[in-house]
Amino acid sequence: MNSVWCFYRDGFRNMTWGRPLIWLILLKVFILFAILRVFFFKPSMAGLNDEERSRVVGERLTGPPAPPSENTYNL
Amino acid sequence: MDVIAWSRLQFAMTAAYHWLFVPFTLGVAMVMAVMETLYVVKKDEFWKKTAQFWMKLFAINFAVGIATGIILEFEFGTNWSNYSWFVGDLFGAPLAIEGILAFFMEATFFAVMFFGWDKVSPRFHLASTWLTGIGATISAYWILVANGWMQNPVGTTFNPETVRSEMASAAAFWEVISNPVAVSKFFHSVTSGWVTGGVFVVGISCWYLLKNRQKKFAKASILVGSIVGIVGSFAVMLSGDASGVHAAEFQPMKLAAAEGLEDGGRKAAFTIVPGIKIPGMLSILATHDINGFVPGINDILNGYTDNEGNEIPSVAEKMAMGREALVALSIYRTTDDPSEKAEARYALEENVQYMGYGHLEKPEDVIPPVGVVFWAFRFMIGLGMLLLLELLVVGFLAWKDKLEGKKWLFIAALVCIPLVYICGQAGWVVAEVGRQPWTIQGLLPVNVAISSLSAGAVKTTFFLFLAIFSLFLVIEIRILIGAIKKGPETPNE
Repeated sequence: MNSVWCFYRDGFRNMTWGRPLIWLILLKVFILFAILRVFFFKPSMAGLNDEERSRVVGERLTGPPAPPSENTYNL
Repeated sequence: MDVIAWSRLQFAMTAAYHWLFVPFTLGVAMVMAVMETLYVVKKDEFWKKTAQFWMKLFAINFAVGIATGIILEFEFGTNWSNYSWFVGDLFGAPLAIEGILAFFMEATFFAVMFFGWDKVSPRFHLASTWLTGIGATISAYWILVANGWMQNPVGTTFNPETVRSEMASAAAFWEVISNPVAVSKFFHSVTSGWVTGGVFVVGISCWYLLKNRQKKFAKASILVGSIVGIVGSFAVMLSGDASGVHAAEFQPMKLAAAEGLEDGGRKAAFTIVPGIKIPGMLSILATHDINGFVPGINDILNGYTDNEGNEIPSVAEKMAMGREALVALSIYRTTDDPSEKAEARYALEENVQYMGYGHLEKPEDVIPPVGVVFWAFRFMIGLGMLLLLELLVVGFLAWKDKLEGKKWLFIAALVCIPLVYICGQAGWVVAEVGRQPWTIQGLLPVNVAISSLSAGAVKTTFFLFLAIFSLFLVIEIRILIGAIKKGPETPNE
């Protein structure tokens, strides 16, 4: 286990051209998960349990098209 | 544009952006694995340095492309929540397997590939390089299982209690993962990635020749790149043939749109471009029989008899059956009377395969944008043939060592790099625009799959994505160009 840890640690330490790529990945993951996911991509049925989700989708399938809502994305 | 159009456009943009990185990963992984194999077999340091250079470009592409697919999953939950609930575990299971597999394989073998040159044996390192490529390829399989199910929803039953498509057994799971549409899509997509990798490697190598640099490296890379690309091209043709047969069987409207075929028939002609046709060729391609019947748009609208003698209902009849299914679903979910519930369930099961048609307003709603699909199909085929020709010519001349001084060819090979991306994107336009109006063929049209959102909200995130994606793409291209200009560590000979 220790050798695996050392393998990764030394690998990252000795990186040359790869170092900016790691920062790029971290920046990207931050933008995706800390900004886009939190502020712009809240799941539309978040907070509903499975039964409520079945009801919502069932009503959508059998009823008329739902009017657009304005209260999404936390905007 | 309404919320459906914005949501579709946003998903298309995200998927198209994602598909800039994936084929590169699949193709260049193959090229560098072959090069490293040559290093291990020949024990020649030149091949090690050559492989390392392409690995560097592979890593840059990987770093910028990483997690772009995650955004598609965000969109499923936010923009396509009805769809996400409807597909249920069927979509969740392959995507979860893909995520776990990709993470573990890439975290392990990708790290060995980059950190392990002097720490593990050459053979172990070689195995890691191959497994990095194989891991990416297996990841693609699970994604295409999910996509293939949307094009041909097999192995599931619709549960009116949960309003989800569910897999009832291990046999059903096997049916889903061995879906012929998924299998042909997998081979078609992966091998098109090999073409992308081959064309990229050949194009960049030709740039070195154009600049009179790294000639030995460039010629060696051209040989490997062109072989990978040529093998990929022929495999794309074979898998494309299978895709055509599957489209004829499971999505005849997509095929009719791709051909601009209003009225079908036997000995149907293949249209190269409007006005130039090959008699009988479409029947051969779609059914492997010159006398095979290929339905046109009007046949599908009005109903026809397929090659197995089955009577295919008209779209109006399917709409009537779909409405019966939806009424039965409504009764099933609202009544407490057991006999009425049983009756509704029976009516639903009888008509469920056409349930999505119940949402259509008129039969013509099943026709996708014919012009877009028709021309995207021709771009894909035409560019694919052009790229194969390029690979054959450059590869042959490299093999005969007669590339010297052919500047026009080097420039053409460089121009082919953007063309191979256009070719791949055109293929996805055929696949995805061609199946409109369905998110799930016959079961769920896009206007029902979508969440209850405002167009303004989707528009906002569309432009936000466009800005972020463009920024990352510019960053990638700049880093790639920098690495290419610096060149490999092979001797400049």
